[in-house]
Amino acid sequence: MSDPARAIPDSAPATPDHPPVTDWVHDFDHTDPRWTEDPFPIWETLRKASPVVHTDRFLGCYMPTTYQAVKEIAYDTEHFSSRRVIVRDVRPEIVNTAPPITSDPPEHKPAKQLLLPPFTPDAMKKLEPRVRAICNELIDGFISDRQCDAAARYTKHIPVRAIAHMLGIPEEDGELFIKWIHEILELGIKDDATMMRAIHEMTGYFHGHIEARKRNPTDDLITTMMNARDKSGQPLSDGHVLGSLRLLLIAGIDTTWSAIGASLWHLAKTPADRDRLIAEPELMPTAIEELLRAYAPVTMAREVMKDTMISGCPVKSGNMVLLSFPAANRDPAMFPDADKVVLDRKENRHAAFGLGIHRCVGSNLARMEMTVAIEEWLKRIPDFRLDPAGKVTWSEGTVRGPRQLPVLFGKSA
Amino acid sequence: MPRVIQGKRSMSGKLKIHVDQDKCQGHARCKALAPELFELDEFGNAHEAGDGSVPADLEDKAWLAKSNCPEIAIEITEV
Repeated sequence: MSDPARAIPDSAPATPDHPPVTDWVHDFDHTDPRWTEDPFPIWETLRKASPVVHTDRFLGCYMPTTYQAVKEIAYDTEHFSSRRVIVRDVRPEIVNTAPPITSDPPEHKPAKQLLLPPFTPDAMKKLEPRVRAICNELIDGFISDRQCDAAARYTKHIPVRAIAHMLGIPEEDGELFIKWIHEILELGIKDDATMMRAIHEMTGYFHGHIEARKRNPTDDLITTMMNARDKSGQPLSDGHVLGSLRLLLIAGIDTTWSAIGASLWHLAKTPADRDRLIAEPELMPTAIEELLRAYAPVTMAREVMKDTMISGCPVKSGNMVLLSFPAANRDPAMFPDADKVVLDRKENRHAAFGLGIHRCVGSNLARMEMTVAIEEWLKRIPDFRLDPAGKVTWSEGTVRGPRQLPVLFGKSA
Repeated sequence: MPRVIQGKRSMSGKLKIHVDQDKCQGHARCKALAPELFELDEFGNAHEAGDGSVPADLEDKAWLAKSNCPEIAIEITEV
């Protein structure tokens, strides 16, 4: 494309249906099954066309395709609002906020600072033994079968149980959390009623836990949020507390589920990397960062509030932005051999947890869970491979990771 | 005048690190890679330990931390 600016039309009315994409550069759709299955060649096509591409779908949406363009947008809170963080078919009036992820300056910083102290690396060290125990309990449940669906039996349950432990809610309610998250992050892209019902159910669930703590305070994140005070010393509104609790549950589960799952998927089909990690365990911290770079699960969104230019491309207000940190992480201008997993990559400024003020509040939790989950798996199941009789399936839309991951244990015959 | 070093080392003098508080977003990559050189506050944001002086045997770690900061918040100067 000779002139990137010409590749980006103004917004146009959307179509509520999703016909198969034939022109990725001018009509991309991140819910197309081919994107869900293997987005990397699509991103490469888009990146070669322009640093910013546009689709008329989703009521008009841009996507920055380079690391630089993603970074420019992430840093620009003047032209780009976080009030909507999921690209969807509809843009109903905003009624349910989830501070700080849906906050812009100046409200963002105080809302975020309330959540940061419980998620520091030191706080995560205290949680690590519990996560290690969870991983081993899960492995105990299937190791004698010599095979399992690692997404359904292992990777899913680790973040569910860890965040439930931190929030002080029953780990056994995990299936309920997973249902809500599926309805909000996946079905909600196209089905507003289902999304609203899920948010309503979550709100009711947390409301019950808040009421119980008014009678009997506990030592957990829900109580921490209830006791938090704003700048003027006032308790947070119920809406703020409920919004932040919904955020912690939604953001803390299928993100890390996806990151652990994609890492195990990579190791299942790459015996050399598996053997190297076992032989050189000191490589683990660098390897985790590289797996985060290569298989970053989370794509965020912004809403364009004022016309501006990004990487030389005009961007018009009224459109959404699909802020693909995963695509930024595959930009060869930023990462040599961007499409290769290099376990000992020395320089790795990946954007898996975002860039700028919205850096993922749970990044230290996610890293700890990933590290522990992969360490414990490799200790007990050093040899495993994708089950040729099974099928790996990936989640659609905002968070990408394996939802079925059938693997066989032991060396292949 | 201390000078900011752009590229890789050319080093004869002593190194000093500084974390720009306006840029740091608390990714904590520096603390993981060079725990001796950085400290985290209660929010998980990073500061240089002490006055930022880098012992000679930790220079490699200082460069590693700088080159892995997603926010480009770490400055290294030669004093």
